[in-house]
Amino acid sequence: MASQNAKAPYYFVPGPSKWPMLTGMSLLVTMAGASAWVNSISWGPYVTVAGILAVLSILYYWFGDAIAESEGGLYNARIDNSYRWSMSWFIFSEVMFFAAFFGALFYARSISMPWLADLDHKVLWPDFAAAAHWGNTGPAGTIEPFTTMGPFWIPTINTALLLTSGVTLTISHHALRAGHRAQTAIWLFATIVLGAVFMGFQAYEYMHAYSDLNLKLTSGIFGSTFYMLTGFHGFHVTIGAIMLSVMLYRVLKGHFTPENHFGFEGAAWYWHFVDVVWLGLYVVVYWL
Amino acid sequence: MSSIAHDHAHDHAHDHAHDHPHGWRRWLFATNHKDIGTLYLWFSLAMLMFGGVLAMGIRAELFQPGLQLMQPEFFNQLTTMHGLIMVFGAIMPAFVGFANWMIPLQIGASDMAFARMNNFSFWLLPPAAILLAGSFLVPGGATAAGWTLYAPLSSQMGIGMDMGIFAMHIMGASSIMGSINIIVTILNMRAPGMTLMKMPMFCWTWLITAYLLIAVMPVLAGAITMTLTDRHFGTSFFNAAGGGDPVMYQHIFWFFGHPEVYIMILPAFGIVSHIVPAFARKPLFGYASMVYATSSIAILSFIVWAHHMFTTGMPVTAQLFFMYATMLISIPTGVKVFNWIATMWRGSMTFETPMLFAIGFIFVFTIGGFTGLILAVTPIDIQLQDTYYVVAHFHYVLVAGSLFTMFAGYYYWSPKWTGYMYNETRGKIHFWLSLITFNITFFPMHFLGLAGMPRRYADYPSQFADFNLLASIGAFGFGLAQVYFLFAVVIPTIRGGKKAEANPWEGAEGLEWTVPSPAPFHTFEVPPTVK
Amino acid sequence: VEVGDSVGGPAVRQLNLPVPVTKIAEQISSLHNMMLVICLVIFVAVFGVMFYSIFKHRKSLGHKPATFHESVGVEIAWTVVPFVIVILMAWPATKTVVAMKDTSNADVTIKATGMQWKWGYDYLKGEGAGISFLSNLATPRDQDPATVKNDNYLIEVDNEVVVPVNKKIRIVTTANDVIHGWTVPAFGVKQDAIPGFVRDTWFRAEKVGTYRGNCVELCGKDHAYMPIVVKVVTDAEYTAWVDGKKKEMAAKADDPSKVWTIDELKQRGEKVYAANCVACHQANGKGVPGAFAALDGSKIVNGPKAENINIVLNGKSAMPAWKASLSDTEIAAVITYTRNSWSNKAQENIVQPAEVLAARK
Ligand code: HEA
Ligand code: HEA
Ligand code: CUA
Ligand SMILES: [Cu+2]
Repeated sequence: MASQNAKAPYYFVPGPSKWPMLTGMSLLVTMAGASAWVNSISWGPYVTVAGILAVLSILYYWFGDAIAESEGGLYNARIDNSYRWSMSWFIFSEVMFFAAFFGALFYARSISMPWLADLDHKVLWPDFAAAAHWGNTGPAGTIEPFTTMGPFWIPTINTALLLTSGVTLTISHHALRAGHRAQTAIWLFATIVLGAVFMGFQAYEYMHAYSDLNLKLTSGIFGSTFYMLTGFHGFHVTIGAIMLSVMLYRVLKGHFTPENHFGFEGAAWYWHFVDVVWLGLYVVVYWL
Repeated sequence: MSSIAHDHAHDHAHDHAHDHPHGWRRWLFATNHKDIGTLYLWFSLAMLMFGGVLAMGIRAELFQPGLQLMQPEFFNQLTTMHGLIMVFGAIMPAFVGFANWMIPLQIGASDMAFARMNNFSFWLLPPAAILLAGSFLVPGGATAAGWTLYAPLSSQMGIGMDMGIFAMHIMGASSIMGSINIIVTILNMRAPGMTLMKMPMFCWTWLITAYLLIAVMPVLAGAITMTLTDRHFGTSFFNAAGGGDPVMYQHIFWFFGHPEVYIMILPAFGIVSHIVPAFARKPLFGYASMVYATSSIAILSFIVWAHHMFTTGMPVTAQLFFMYATMLISIPTGVKVFNWIATMWRGSMTFETPMLFAIGFIFVFTIGGFTGLILAVTPIDIQLQDTYYVVAHFHYVLVAGSLFTMFAGYYYWSPKWTGYMYNETRGKIHFWLSLITFNITFFPMHFLGLAGMPRRYADYPSQFADFNLLASIGAFGFGLAQVYFLFAVVIPTIRGGKKAEANPWEGAEGLEWTVPSPAPFHTFEVPPTVK
Repeated sequence: VEVGDSVGGPAVRQLNLPVPVTKIAEQISSLHNMMLVICLVIFVAVFGVMFYSIFKHRKSLGHKPATFHESVGVEIAWTVVPFVIVILMAWPATKTVVAMKDTSNADVTIKATGMQWKWGYDYLKGEGAGISFLSNLATPRDQDPATVKNDNYLIEVDNEVVVPVNKKIRIVTTANDVIHGWTVPAFGVKQDAIPGFVRDTWFRAEKVGTYRGNCVELCGKDHAYMPIVVKVVTDAEYTAWVDGKKKEMAAKADDPSKVWTIDELKQRGEKVYAANCVACHQANGKGVPGAFAALDGSKIVNGPKAENINIVLNGKSAMPAWKASLSDTEIAAVITYTRNSWSNKAQENIVQPAEVLAARK
């Protein structure tokens, strides 16, 4: 790898930087704004958006610094290894975040729903038992009836899209390793487009759910788990697509060499992770 | 890991003007692990004071029956914020501070793996603290749902609850990034020759702690995100009317919460594992079994969470499973206790303040461990759950456990940080004051709990008056002892005193003692070789 | 002022678990004593060794350090021995857990509903089925405990739960708003009351008397003020109590089709408000900013009454549903009261019980 890098110190340690502290303060603004926003205080949305914009613009400079250091030859194999470890652990943390929501789905469906419908609970919910199949309107009857979302056809198409995008990304990676920059860019671009189409279908599916199925975020525990799982997944697809777009830009700029391109690989790992989460979703949210 | 060779030629700090900044920039823009460690330690000391003042408020109100000082709403805010601030503001950041200072020094690395992200992890904490403290001032006040934020009580709170939720999101992000940094530093930056099984115990315990943190902080984030959407966006995760379940919150929370309590004790175990050998002048007994015990505690910690939920009404099989699993944890913990004592056995002991606090820790923590074991027995827990017995249990393990080892670690390593020796007499006064007043405060709480006094009560039946009075007096004493620590020990030691040698302790071993005191701004820019 | 032991509640400076009144409580007590003894023995043994070492193996006595740092045999021993001890501890506990969980074949079943901040009781099965009442803290909140001598300060209620001695009583818990916890330490019983779910526990009290407990799950501001008092009586006394209670209830029952005057409703409503609503919405109707909505000047209270009835019946976010705990008459009365109180002058200013009955469908 890049350990031949003559200029690189034993382990590069960046000098003082104002970005971390500024990002922290911008997050304070964002969160204060968000607290106000969810409580319908008028200035909330403006402050939140201002905070987010500040975070994004600071991150732009921060990552700019990191990329410049990398391009300046300050990184070596040790740093590269650090990035690999850190990306793996970061993805592990994301896995656990999704695990919380998958766990909630499992618990609600396999434990609390049958409980609510059992004989003892007749005291509280006399009419519920018959309705206790998954995807009901809850025992209180306060939730409007809705239809659940099956796997056909949008989710299945989306599965195909994401799986294909995993393949195109791998092709792009092979091209990068072989030193074919144009190929790399084309296949990477294809991956991003597939991601974008996925998001488009997802948005369409949400509209369909809201207007035709009457399936909403407020549709009881079914709506809650459905939208939170697919929503957070969609959010992660968006992040992944942004990462890949930055990588596309860097590919075009010629930042990567066949030996040294962990930025690309990290983004690819993330994309595959998002892919795997989707497979989980596809099975437990849409199929079962 | 006893024979350490070190190349002194590279040790003299490379004081390039551009990366040894002065003034406020040095702290705000810090990328140096020692500066960031210092920031963490000051932050957590401030939070300890803040959380401590809230505790004094609790104890003042409970001084006698009746409502003297505040309304119950405010009392609940005090209890909740005391718990949150102490756990997330005082204990956890303090250990990260120790990690920042000591891990690179102990493994011979020049800094943490990601120095800028390291600074970011720290600079997420003040915003979170501001949100938490600020929530006292908003309409409805701070969240008063207990540090566990159980649903659906958490749905009734005002904007203070949302500020609390967002603060915890931020602190969670900080912990995750901090942990990634620590793991990567340990796995990737050890000096040549330092294999994992030669690594100092503190690094081992932190490696495992960081793994726990990365595994459970996202789960907490998930739980409070669901709380947030239940509060404001009409989801029904914890609402039976829509098919959800309030108890589900508890399962998710405690899946985080139980590993969390070991997150607050494992680094403490690591610190003690350095101090006991140093002052017994004898190598740590059973190094390998210490590593295995730590790992076993971490693994078991994922399958015991529902021991906090025995009274929620689980199936009998679940109750039994969680009882057995919980009781098993006492075995690896016992191994640790026995190893420390075997380290002391036939040593040549002296009792400077670090050793006093370490021994005090072993002694008092074990009491807390035993009450934990008693609580693990389901039928007994059903009697004692949500009483002061639980409060006694966890202050024995948290205050006499985590906090005492942090004091021990401070006395042990502060010569390396400041370059000066603390005043031994004052250290000893601090120790004895703390130990005695701690027990006066929390020992009577066992009796209160056995007699049935519920926790989170602003007022209580008169029969509980005497022990509460005693506890309050003890608490004020304990608080004053910490004021003494700040003004008679910490601040003077920073200002001056007897110069500390590179290794001020006769029996201390490890790379950190091979560099001068105070440790220069840059150390190990080229790593030493460990044989 | 001197305080004495509370009868059936805590004793002054009580050091251990309460005197057991049920078999389960007795088992818990002995389990606890067993654990205490074992732990104490281990503690003394372990720290005996430590302190011996501390006193003998010190540098000031000239003790030279040994160099050993492991011993596989010893390490295995102190892993295996604790394991055996733990199994010995878990065995008797297992039997008690199984016994505690067996709620079948109860003689009387009582539903305990936790509400902010009182308990509601409904006798569901067995002798007394049909009885239901609310149980509120009886200690006046404004008294100064430093001057009033009262052995049952904060552990006394207006309506006690009455049960027959030596009968298996099954308690089914649930809640209206947030989680509460139902406990009577002398019975060895503690069960969370979870909104929307039912859970159960049981006891068979072996001694006549009055027994006291507290709400043990943080439930908001008056968590400390919703005690539990159970009176255990002989079979004959129990039968008499059931008769009396039934007559009392029949006398109080309201006919939902009766038409009331506005003043009658306002009067009745004020009482309902004081008993159920004041804790959150406050006597002045201003609520608690940020936590509980104000009724004074509220859009809903002054707007069309249908929505008002709907919210009182079914609840909304922090507002609990009252349809199970208040009668049609009570709901009509309290709505009428709030619509005509403080600065409120609602257009539709009277609600009749029949309208509430209709809205329940
Ligand atoms: C540092 C934090 C810490 C630590 C280390 C522990 C350690 C343990 N805890 Fe504790 N616990 C808390 C912090 C901690 N706890 C907190 C904060 C709460 C309350 C949360 C809340 O509700 O707000 C709590 C609550 C809590 C409960 C729930 C109580 C309730 O709410 O009803 C239980 C029940 O099982 C429990 C058990 C245990 C056990 C078995 C251990 C074991 O790990 C202890 C093991 C140690 C020993 C046993 C001693 C040493 C061993 C020997 C000398 C060997 C020989 C011994 C034998 C073989 C017996 N804890
Ligand atoms: C993690 C660590 C931690 C630490 C260090 C402490 C430290 C202390 N805690 Fe605790 N505590 C918790 C964690 C911790 N706590 C948790 C998690 C809960 C549960 C919350 C819940 O139920 O949700 C809890 C709950 C809790 C309760 C129960 C409240 C209730 O149920 O209503 C009480 C009651 O006495 C208490 C007391 C104390 C005291 C007296 C100290 C003392 O050790 C503090 C000493 C420190 C100082 C006092 C600061 C230094 C002094 C000054 C700055 C000067 C001012 C001092 C004076 C005027 C004397 N705590
Ligand atoms: Cu009801 Cu606490
Ligand atoms: Cu636990």
